[in-house]
Amino acid sequence: MTVWEQLVGSFSTQPWLVTLYAAFAAGLVIFGYVNFVGIFAIWLERKVAGYIQARPGPLHTGKFHGVLQTLADGVKLMLKEDVIPAQADRLLFTLAPAVVFVGSFLVMVAIPFGPGVFVSDFDIGIFYVLAMSSIAVIGIIMAGWSSNNKWALYGGMRSVSQYVSFEVPLVAALVPVIIHGGTLSFRVVVEQQAGGFWNWNFLGLGNPFLIVSFLVYLVAGIAEVNRTPFDLAESESELVAGFHAEYSGMRFALFFMAEYANMFVAGALATLLFLGGWHAPLPIGPGDSHLAGILMGLFWFLLKSWILVFIMIWIRWTLPRIRPDQLMTVCWKYLLPITLVNLVLAAGWEALK
Amino acid sequence: MPVLHTELMEVSMGPQHPATHGVLQLLLTTDGEEVVHAKPIIGYLHRCKEKIGQMLPYAQFTPYTDRMDYLAAMNNNWAYAIAVERLAQIEVPERAEYIRVIFGELNRIASHLVAVGTYGLDLGTFTPFLYAFTEREAILDLFELVCGARLTYNYIRIGGLAKDLTPGWEKQCEAFLDRFEPKLTRIDELMGGNFIFMKRTGNVGVLPLETAVAYGITGPMLRASGADWDLRRDVPYSLYPKFQFNVPVGQGLAGSVGDCFDRYWVRIKEMIESCRIIRQALAGLPEGATLAKVPKILRPKPGEIYFRMENPRGELGFYIVSDGTPVPWRIKVRGPSFCNLSVIEAMVDHMLVADLAATLGSFDVVMGEVDR
Repeated sequence: MTVWEQLVGSFSTQPWLVTLYAAFAAGLVIFGYVNFVGIFAIWLERKVAGYIQARPGPLHTGKFHGVLQTLADGVKLMLKEDVIPAQADRLLFTLAPAVVFVGSFLVMVAIPFGPGVFVSDFDIGIFYVLAMSSIAVIGIIMAGWSSNNKWALYGGMRSVSQYVSFEVPLVAALVPVIIHGGTLSFRVVVEQQAGGFWNWNFLGLGNPFLIVSFLVYLVAGIAEVNRTPFDLAESESELVAGFHAEYSGMRFALFFMAEYANMFVAGALATLLFLGGWHAPLPIGPGDSHLAGILMGLFWFLLKSWILVFIMIWIRWTLPRIRPDQLMTVCWKYLLPITLVNLVLAAGWEALK
Repeated sequence: MPVLHTELMEVSMGPQHPATHGVLQLLLTTDGEEVVHAKPIIGYLHRCKEKIGQMLPYAQFTPYTDRMDYLAAMNNNWAYAIAVERLAQIEVPERAEYIRVIFGELNRIASHLVAVGTYGLDLGTFTPFLYAFTEREAILDLFELVCGARLTYNYIRIGGLAKDLTPGWEKQCEAFLDRFEPKLTRIDELMGGNFIFMKRTGNVGVLPLETAVAYGITGPMLRASGADWDLRRDVPYSLYPKFQFNVPVGQGLAGSVGDCFDRYWVRIKEMIESCRIIRQALAGLPEGATLAKVPKILRPKPGEIYFRMENPRGELGFYIVSDGTPVPWRIKVRGPSFCNLSVIEAMVDHMLVADLAATLGSFDVVMGEVDR
C-alpha cells in the first residue's frame, strides 16, 4: 500500500477505486508542482536577470517584488487568441505542446522529493527518467514540422540533433553513478549518500571518477534543457524563435512551462545523483522517519535543486550562444570521449576495489 | 546505390527579423545550416530624402538629415552644416566648433554603444546590451539638457549651433566620462574577453582589405580590415588637427585581420579615443558666440561642393550643387551604411546561418541611412 493509497483509502473500500483515486491524487499534486515550477522559475529568472542587468525586474504585480507577474502573464496567455496557421498540420500542431508538456510531467513522477515523498519508488527510476525526458524531442520536431514555417523547421531540426547528441554523453556520464551504487533506484542512490556531504557522489571519495561524471553532467544537462549557451533551437537572433515561432496563447505557455520544468528536473537529477538528494550537508537533525525529518529532507532537496536552477539562470544571462557546429564539436569530440574513458576507468575502479 | 540529394531551401530573412536590425530583407538560399547565397533587398524605408532636400531652403533640410542615420544624428547635422558652410563661405565661431566636436564624439560613443550592445544580442548574450544602453541613456540625457531632444536633435545648424550649453553642462559631461570609462572596460571584459564570444567572432566573416577597398567600405569596418585611414586625421576638418588621438586598426586578436572580432574591437577602442578627444575639447572650450551671422534666406553662389566626414559608420558625404537660388539644385548623400552593406553578398560564401547573423551584426548598418 503506497502513501497515496493510504491518503485516499477512506473514500472507498474497492481496492481498484482506491488505486485510481491514488493515481489521480498523485497526478494532481505533481501537476500542481509542475505549474508551480513554471511560475516560480520564470519569476526567478526575471528577477535574477534583472539584478544581473542592473535593473529591478518585475516589481508591482502581487505587492512583493512582482511575485504574481508570471501568473498574470499566464492569465493573459490563456485569454489570447489561439492562432493555428492556415497551412499548418492541425493535428500535429495542436498535439505538439501537449507532448512536450507531458514529457516533463511524466519525469516528475519518478523523482523523490524527500524521504518517502515520491509518487512511485521505481526500481529503475534513473532509467525511466532518462527515457521519459526524451519524449519532449518528438513534441519539438512535431512543432517544428507542423508549423509549416521554415524558421520553425530549422529550430526543430537543431533541437532534435542537439537532444539526440547530448543524450549520449549525458547517459554515459550517469552510468558510473549507477555502477558505483549498483542500483537504478533514486531512493537507494540517495540513501547511499547519507551521513554528511563528504559522502556525496560529486566529491568522488567513493569513486574519484564521479567528479568527471558530475562536471560532464552539468554541461550536458544544460544542453539537454536547451539553455544558453546551448539554446540554439530558439536562438532569437538567427531563427526568430525557433520551433515555437508560430505558437501563441496557451500552447506557447505550455512550451514555456515545459522548458522550466525540464530545468528543474535537470537540477533535481544532479541533486539526487551527485549532491546527496534530501540529506543535509551535516548528519544532524531529526531522522528520516519523523515528520520533521521528512520536512527537512524536502527542504534540502528543493534548496539544492533550486540552487542548480539558479546557476543555470546565471549562466544564461552571462554567456553568448555557441554555434551549431561548435555544439556538435563539444558533444562528439570532447564530452563523449571523456565520458567513455571515464566510464571504463570508473568501472575498473569498482571492479578492483 | 541511389545517391541522396538534398534540396536547397529559400528562406526570407527579414524584413521582420531580429538579426537584420531594421527593415532589411535577405533572401537566403540555404543548404541545411549553410547559406549558399544571400541577396539583400533594400528600400523598405525609402523616404526620398534627396528629393526633399532639393525642394527646401538650405536650413530646412537639417532636420531631415537627423532621420537618415538616426543613431548618429549629430554627426549627420554636422556633416550637412559643414558642407553648406563651405559652399556659402560661412565662418563658424570657435566655441561652436568646440561644442560640435564634443557632441559629435559623444554621439559616436552612443552609436558605437548601440552597435556593440546589439551585437551582443545577435550572439545571444543579453546583458551587455543593457549595460551599453544604460550608458547611452546618460549620453542622451546630456543631449536632452542642451537641445531638448533625445534622438533627432536638429542642434548643429548652418553657421553654428541652435543654443549654447546649459550652465554646468561641462561638469556633467566630465562626470559622465569619469563613470563611463570603467564601465566600458567592464562591457569589453564581458564580451570581448569571453571565450565563446571569441570563438563566435574570430575568423568569422573575414573581410580582406582588397575586397573592402573595392566595395568602398569605410569607417570602423575598413579599419578593422587593416587600413589605417580616418578622415578626422587624414583629411582633417573642424578642430581635429588640434587634438591628440589614435586611430585603432584591426589586429586580428582573435583570428585573422578583418574578422567580426576586429570590427567589434575597433569600435571599443574608438570609444576610448572619443573620450580622449572630448576631454581635450572640454579643457580648451573658449567663451563666445555659438552662431555666426547667417542670412535668413541663404543664397550660396552658383557652384558645387562635396564634403565627407567620419561618421560612426564610415564616410558620410554630402554633394550639393547650388544655382544661386535659396533651394539647392541637387543634393546627393553618400551613406556609409549603404556601401558597407553592399559587401554582404560577396562575403556569404557557404557561411553558416549563425555566422551570417554574426557577420551582419558586426557591420552595424542603420537601415534609415541605407534607404534614405
